[in-house]
Amino acid sequence: MLDNRSAAPSWSGDADEFVRVEEVVKIFGDTVAVQSVNLSVRRHEVFALLGSSGCGKSTLLRMLAGFEEVTSGRIYLDNEDITALPPYRRPVNMMFQSYALFPHMTVEANVAFGLKQEGVPRNEIHERVFEALDLVQMAGFARRKPHQMSGGQQQRVALARSLVKRPKLLLLDEPMSALDKQIRQKTQIELAKILEQVGVTCIMVTHDQEEAMTMAHRLAVMTEGQIVQCGTPHDVYAFPNSRFVAGFIGSTNLFTGTIVVDEPDHVLIESAELTRPLYVNHGVSEPLGMEVHVSIRPENIRVLREQPEAESNWGHGMVSHVAWMGSYARYQVRLDAGQVIEANVPSLVLAQADAPGLDDEVYVAWSNDSATVLPS
Amino acid sequence: MKKILSSGLPGRRWLSIGPPFLWLALFLLLPFLLVLKISFAELKFGIPPYTPLAELKDQTVTLALSLRGYALLFTDSLYIATYLNSVKMAAVTTLCCALIGYPMAYYIARSHPSVRNLLLLGVILPFWTSLLLRVYAWVGILRNDGLLNNLLQWLGLISEPLEIYRTDLAVYIGLVYAYLPFFVLPLYATLVKLDIRLLEAAYDLGARPWRAFFSVTLPLSMPGVIAGAMLVFIPSVGEYVIPEMLGGANTLMMGRVMWTEFFNNADWPMAAAVTCVMVMMLLVPLVIFQYNQIRQLEQQRGKTQ
Repeated sequence: MLDNRSAAPSWSGDADEFVRVEEVVKIFGDTVAVQSVNLSVRRHEVFALLGSSGCGKSTLLRMLAGFEEVTSGRIYLDNEDITALPPYRRPVNMMFQSYALFPHMTVEANVAFGLKQEGVPRNEIHERVFEALDLVQMAGFARRKPHQMSGGQQQRVALARSLVKRPKLLLLDEPMSALDKQIRQKTQIELAKILEQVGVTCIMVTHDQEEAMTMAHRLAVMTEGQIVQCGTPHDVYAFPNSRFVAGFIGSTNLFTGTIVVDEPDHVLIESAELTRPLYVNHGVSEPLGMEVHVSIRPENIRVLREQPEAESNWGHGMVSHVAWMGSYARYQVRLDAGQVIEANVPSLVLAQADAPGLDDEVYVAWSNDSATVLPS
Repeated sequence: MKKILSSGLPGRRWLSIGPPFLWLALFLLLPFLLVLKISFAELKFGIPPYTPLAELKDQTVTLALSLRGYALLFTDSLYIATYLNSVKMAAVTTLCCALIGYPMAYYIARSHPSVRNLLLLGVILPFWTSLLLRVYAWVGILRNDGLLNNLLQWLGLISEPLEIYRTDLAVYIGLVYAYLPFFVLPLYATLVKLDIRLLEAAYDLGARPWRAFFSVTLPLSMPGVIAGAMLVFIPSVGEYVIPEMLGGANTLMMGRVMWTEFFNNADWPMAAAVTCVMVMMLLVPLVIFQYNQIRQLEQQRGKTQ
C-alpha cells in the first residue's frame, strides 16, 4: 500500500499523519461553503466531521472524494497531492448517504463494479467480492437487487462496495441517516467494529453528535464553513472551547458573568443569574473584569432540598418541570433571577422518599471541577 | 388494504376508467372494426363503393368474405416492398432520432434548471406551427434552387445543386426533423429523474466518464429510450405527409399506397386491407412498449415497498 514515495511531502507534520487538508476553500457563486479549513487525520483513524446542515461538512467530504474541485488549498493523502485528481483516480471510496447502489445490478455486480474498472482478473473479483460480502454478512444476498432489500441490508452492501477496493481512505456520508432509529445504535457499533477490523482510515460526516461520539476516535465540529474545535469526543465534550460547541455537543447550562478573582489555579466569576459566585478550578487567559461564559453540564448539577454549605457554586430556585428519561430524570429549575437551568437526576436519587417534586423550592449545586469557562 | 379499497368502491373505479374506455371503444375500436369489415368486402361501383358482407335473400343469410385485398397484398411484390421499405425508413428514422436525440436530452437534463425550461421550450416550439407548414419550409430549403443549395454554391463548396428534394434522403430529413421531439421528451423525463449520485458512485469506484455512461446512465435510461423509439417508430411507419411532399415517385411508403388506393383507385377494400395489415404489424412494437411500461411500474412499486 505504501509504495508511492515519488511525491515528496511539502509539509512536515506528525509522523502518523495520513490525510492532510491544507487551507482548503470552496466558494459556490457568491457563497463561501468552506473557508480555509486545515485538518489532519492519522492512519487507521476514524475521524468525524460534525455539524448541522449547511455547515460545509458535506462539501468538504465531496472535495476529499473529488466530486467538487477546491477553490484554493491542497489535499494530501499518504504523502501524495490528490487535489487535482479526478474521483476515478483517487484511492478513495465513499459510502453515500442514500447508498447509491446501482438499481439495475445485483448485489454481487454492485460490489464487483469497482474491481472490474481496475481490470482485476475474474476469479479474483469473485473471491474479493465474497470476502467483502462475508465481512458485512451479506453473502447470502449476492443475487438480490437493491430494491429487494431493507435499508439496513442496503447499507451493508454499500459498505462492502466501498471497502472491496481496499481504499486508502474511506468516506462515510451520514452513514446512519437513512436507517430507523431503533437499529441505528446497533449498526453504529457494528460499523465501528468492521472499520477497526479492516483498519481503514475513515472520515465520516454526520449531524448526529451521538453517532460521532460512538464511532469516531477524533472529531471536528464545523459551523459556517469552519472547524471550530477538533479533538477526541471526550475532550470536546468536557472542554468545549465556545458556546457553540458546548451547546452542539450534548446539552449544557450557560451563564454569563465577569471574572472577579483570577488566580493561577482558580477563578471566581460573578453572574447576575446566580446569587453565589462561580468557582472554576482552572486558570483562564482572560483578564480580570472580562465578561466570560461558563458551561455546566446537566449531569454535573445536583438538586438538593437543603442549602449547601459551600461559599460558591450553588443557586436557589423552584422546580418548574420534571421529565422522566428512563435512567435519569431531567429537572428544569427556575432560578430566583429567572434563568431556567437543567439538571439530570439519577433514578437512584429519585427513588428516595424526599426527592424534590414539581413546584418544590430547591437548591442546585455543582462541584468545583464541573464548570468550564468558554472563551467565546 | 389496496384490495379493500378497489373492491369496496366498484362504482368509483368504473367512473374513472369508464369514460376513456368508452371514448376508445367509440372512436378507435368501432372505426377499426368498420375498416376491418370493408377489407373483406368486394369492390363495387356505387355508394358505398363496396359490397355488404352479409346478405339476407330468400330467407338465407349469405356471408361473403373476400380475401382479394389480402391475397394481392401478400403476392404483389410492390406491396411487400412497400411494407418493408416503410419499416426500414421508420427504423432508420428512429435510429437517427436516437443518435441526435440522446445527446440533446442528456444535455438538457444536465443543464442548469434555469436554462432547462428554455431549452425544453426550444424542443416544443415547432409544435406551435402546423406540421404541413414546416414540411413546406423543408421543400423550400431542400429544392434544387432552395436555400441549402444556394448557400453551398455561394460558399463555393459545390458547383452543381445537390439532388436532395424528391429523394429518400429528403424524406429521412423530414421524418427525423418532425419526430425528434417525440424521442427527446420522454428520454429527457427519464434522464432528469436519474439520480446523479449513481454516476458519482461509478466515478468513485474508478469508472472513467464513458465507462460510467455505458454501465450506469445508458442502462438506467433505457425505459426512456424505448418510449421515445416507440413514439417515433409507430407513427413513422404510416406517415403520409412527409413522403408525399418530400419523397420522389419511387419513395414507397404505406401511407402513400393507402392514399392511392383510397382516393385515386377508389378501391376501398384494398385500402382497408393495407391498413389492417399495417395495424397488425404495429401491434408488435406496441406490445413491447406496453410490456416495458408495466415492468417499469412494477420496479417502481418494488422500490417503494
